Amino acid sequence: MTVIAPATAGSPAAGVAPVAPRVRLRPLTEEAVFIRRSILHSLRTPDQLIMAIALPTILMLMFVWVFGGALQSDGGYVDYVTPGIILLCAGYGAASTAVDVAHDMTAGIIDRFRTMPIRASAVITGHVVASLLRNLVATAVVIGVGIAVGFRPHAGLAQWLAVAGLVALYILVITFLFAGIGLAASSPDAANGYGFILMFLPYVSSAFVPVDTMPAWLRGIAEHQPLTPIIDTIRGLLLGTGIHSADGWWALGWCALILAVGIAGSAWLFRRRAGRR
Amino acid sequence: MIAPAPAVPRSAVELRGVRKSFGRTTVLEGLDLEVPHGAVFALLGPNGAGKTTTLNILCTLVAPDAGTATVNGYDVVRQAELVKASISVTGQSAAVDEVLSGEENLRMIGRLSGLTGARARSRAAELLALFGLNDSARKRVATWSGGMRRKLDLAISMLRTPPVIFLDEPTTGLDTRSRQELWGMIRDLADDGTTVVLTTQYLEEADALADRIAILDRGRIVAEGTAPQLKARFAARTLDEVFLAATGSHIDEYEKEIA
Repeated sequence: MTVIAPATAGSPAAGVAPVAPRVRLRPLTEEAVFIRRSILHSLRTPDQLIMAIALPTILMLMFVWVFGGALQSDGGYVDYVTPGIILLCAGYGAASTAVDVAHDMTAGIIDRFRTMPIRASAVITGHVVASLLRNLVATAVVIGVGIAVGFRPHAGLAQWLAVAGLVALYILVITFLFAGIGLAASSPDAANGYGFILMFLPYVSSAFVPVDTMPAWLRGIAEHQPLTPIIDTIRGLLLGTGIHSADGWWALGWCALILAVGIAGSAWLFRRRAGRR
Repeated sequence: MIAPAPAVPRSAVELRGVRKSFGRTTVLEGLDLEVPHGAVFALLGPNGAGKTTTLNILCTLVAPDAGTATVNGYDVVRQAELVKASISVTGQSAAVDEVLSGEENLRMIGRLSGLTGARARSRAAELLALFGLNDSARKRVATWSGGMRRKLDLAISMLRTPPVIFLDEPTTGLDTRSRQELWGMIRDLADDGTTVVLTTQYLEEADALADRIAILDRGRIVAEGTAPQLKARFAARTLDEVFLAATGSHIDEYEKEIA
């Protein structure tokens, strides 16, 4: 696992001076330890996972059963809305990352990590990977509920894999944004509050209604915000209606861009928060 | 990654002219201190004297504004990673994971300290037994009492025995028996060659435990030596009288004044 080099005296005169053992961790030891820690945290706070699944499920049932008839009287609305609900679900599930990160940064444990010869920033990696796994489970449940209430995807294996990849990428993107919020917030409660801003993005997109039904000024925002091409791509893949290649590239481009900003921003905020004061 | 040979350190810890302010509050005003290898060294002083800031500078959490500080011969600013490899720390606020069990906490930090999974497990079992935490070992730390968390925090610091251990008010929150037991463990560490630097507000603790004592008053060392030396220098029978002679106030009065 690791090598603790024998303490070697620097010189004969150093008989009384113990040399620090060189602790060398195998590559990715920190990541493995912190991912395991964050997964244990997730498993032991099941209310987070339940909320992350229950809220989008309730919203889906509400949209399908309450609004669905008015929006699309032939009952096909569930096909339209499920892709949007999948992204909504990822957002709700990732939001707890902001609280988890903020909690770690304000609790005493971060000081222990900071005084150890390790990459302390791997704490964040742990939370991000746990969020990815949590949300993939939640997404599977939400798709299952969708199918139970009439969602009929027409996707082949390749399309499903593409959807899984894009959803995973989106979860990473939004998780890093929430991690950044957790790092910037002064307390877990504040992190929870700021996180709500991101929750509103799906509503002003093509998730629930086509953007051309919106007033012109709002349509401008909805058409050009990152979620719309992501949702349109997932919808096209799942329903087998094909995708505009422009949408696909916009979806990937937005994800890559925001992910890069999220990672760089989180790294910068972490250094600021966990650096020496 | 080969460690540069340290300039043969004469002392386990050395502070030269260390100054630190937070905003307009000056906490350390040019601190000079030397801790010999293998000593139990007590930083004695009331709340607000600068004990914790001194320790935080030494364990790389806080950067000094001026002056130099070395631990195990390594500079705390320029060679922070080597300092971190040379120390373990128990701070004042419990640095434990409340969602995990006591055993999981020990194993996690053990792995991060470079122990194999199997070694981390066996070391965790040893320390849980040593600190009398076996009964609650598998319960979440969130359900533990303050004293038990304190013991876990101390146990974590003893997973490895690095050259220098820093303990910030280690016996706060412990009952008398646990306090005596911890004193024994600290003495054992020192006998094995580990340097222990601790802070305390308890004069009798410094008297009973420490080879050398430094009295910190408003960010300065006002007296330093062995307990008998200090008693002789100030013609005092107890450390309380030493503190009074060195700082001009009783330790409890001083605290009121600082507050």
